[in-house]
Amino acid sequence: MTDNVWILGIHMTAFGKHRDKDTLDLGSEAVQGALLDAGVEMRDIGVMGSGNLIGDPGYGQLLQKQIGQTGIPVYNVSNACATGATALRVAIMAIKAGETDMGLAVGVEKLSGAGLLSGNKALAEGGAWARTGRFGAIANLDGRIGTETMPGVFAQIGMEYGYKYGGADFELFASIAEKNHAHSTLNPKAAYQTRFTLEEIMNDVMIAYPNTRSMCSANCDGAAAAVVVSEAKLRTLSLEQQRRAVKISASVLTSDPWQPGCQVLPDINTLTRQAATTAYEQAGVGPEDLDLVELHDCFASAELVHYDNLGLCEPGGAVDFFKSGATWRDGRLPVNVSGGLESKGHPVSATGIANIWEVATHLRGEAGDRQIAGAKVGLAHVIGLGSACGVHILEKAA
Amino acid sequence: MPQMSLVEYLDIDGPGAPRLIASECVGCGARYFDRRNACASCSHTEFRSVDVTPEGVLRTFTIVHFAAEGVTVPFVAGVIDCDGTPVRGNVVNVPPDPEHVRTGMKLRLTTVPLDRDENGVDAVGFGFEPIG
Repeated sequence: MTDNVWILGIHMTAFGKHRDKDTLDLGSEAVQGALLDAGVEMRDIGVMGSGNLIGDPGYGQLLQKQIGQTGIPVYNVSNACATGATALRVAIMAIKAGETDMGLAVGVEKLSGAGLLSGNKALAEGGAWARTGRFGAIANLDGRIGTETMPGVFAQIGMEYGYKYGGADFELFASIAEKNHAHSTLNPKAAYQTRFTLEEIMNDVMIAYPNTRSMCSANCDGAAAAVVVSEAKLRTLSLEQQRRAVKISASVLTSDPWQPGCQVLPDINTLTRQAATTAYEQAGVGPEDLDLVELHDCFASAELVHYDNLGLCEPGGAVDFFKSGATWRDGRLPVNVSGGLESKGHPVSATGIANIWEVATHLRGEAGDRQIAGAKVGLAHVIGLGSACGVHILEKAA
Repeated sequence: MPQMSLVEYLDIDGPGAPRLIASECVGCGARYFDRRNACASCSHTEFRSVDVTPEGVLRTFTIVHFAAEGVTVPFVAGVIDCDGTPVRGNVVNVPPDPEHVRTGMKLRLTTVPLDRDENGVDAVGFGFEPIG
């Protein structure tokens, strides 16, 4: 195969509160870090995918003015929490299409202290009732017909899994958060690096049952960037660059196909299943070949369903799979050894590249104290509600 | 006192009220509660109005304790399977705690009084309450 695309360089800023840095500082740091890691310069890059949801729609061009305006095309993309993965897909597709042999993707967000990111933005109330919108509503529906808050939406997704298969109770979901917070203590780039007991997690402030505060992804600031290269170009670079390069064995983006239920509650399952199935086919590997997984644990209740969606366990078997200890860092298939979104943090547009940085760093054997020994194959998964799902399978250079 | 339903798909004064009226695709039978240009399942453009069974089973829920300003918490949000039609709604007339709300419980449609506007018109919403 000569048409493989490889990660040549990748960088993630520390996640957390960056009071003295704006989105351009964070984006510059990520891109310059990725270029340095790749051993190339801005003028080597032929295409750029850029993601920044809570900011300027033309963020990519603004960032170029800080890192190098070389006249290359910039694609400013937006796909909710899958924005980073979408930016990366743009660079990969341009290389696969033969338009260039090297591309750059960056995702950036400043979200510290942002609070709830959705709910009740539809209608200003007051005056006489008047019907508006596609429901012909006369008032805000959030809180009157279900919930539009993300903790509430994802809580229902986890509870629905419990209804179908049993065993998924409050304590189980809290145990997943316990794992991810424990993992984060080994990640110096995580926004939170504190271990919590199960009791502390369950007694934390309730946001949307069964998700307490420490079971929700952490709003924070951060950026991540990747330089990707065609295999043909990679073979012309130094042996050291080739040794550290990470093969992108699969790169898939899906949207949610029609399901009866997804008309009233977002369905994050079907599109993840389709993305995973396609990714395993592309890569020629199966879930049993994976050494680590970074999946989209935007809430503890979401991580559970993705064990099943990504085929990490038998259908319906996610509860038993978790209870077996498999997904702890010393288990059979470590999941979210970075600490996950619950602890590492979730600067939305950065997330879909940061999860790839985590996996790539393990495959390179450069993950320090949290290194998964001998990791050769890993999977990174991200979900943007609405919905978009990105799945990437990465392999260590042979 | 004049009343107005919170959403167009809630009928509060016709025969059989309260009832929820879905828009059903003539092509494939997929049901929607909002206005659609074409069916998301089969892309047909014709729809007919159908009554949704006013009873169902709670497939999933959450108890929201933290919401946007103006939303009264805690409340129970869920998805009710009404004879095959998934419906989004609140579970009402039950204490909002996991001891009283359980997936699989049987519920029925009911109305919920909301605010009054400057012309004295009362808004009426809906929810689902436990049966028995």
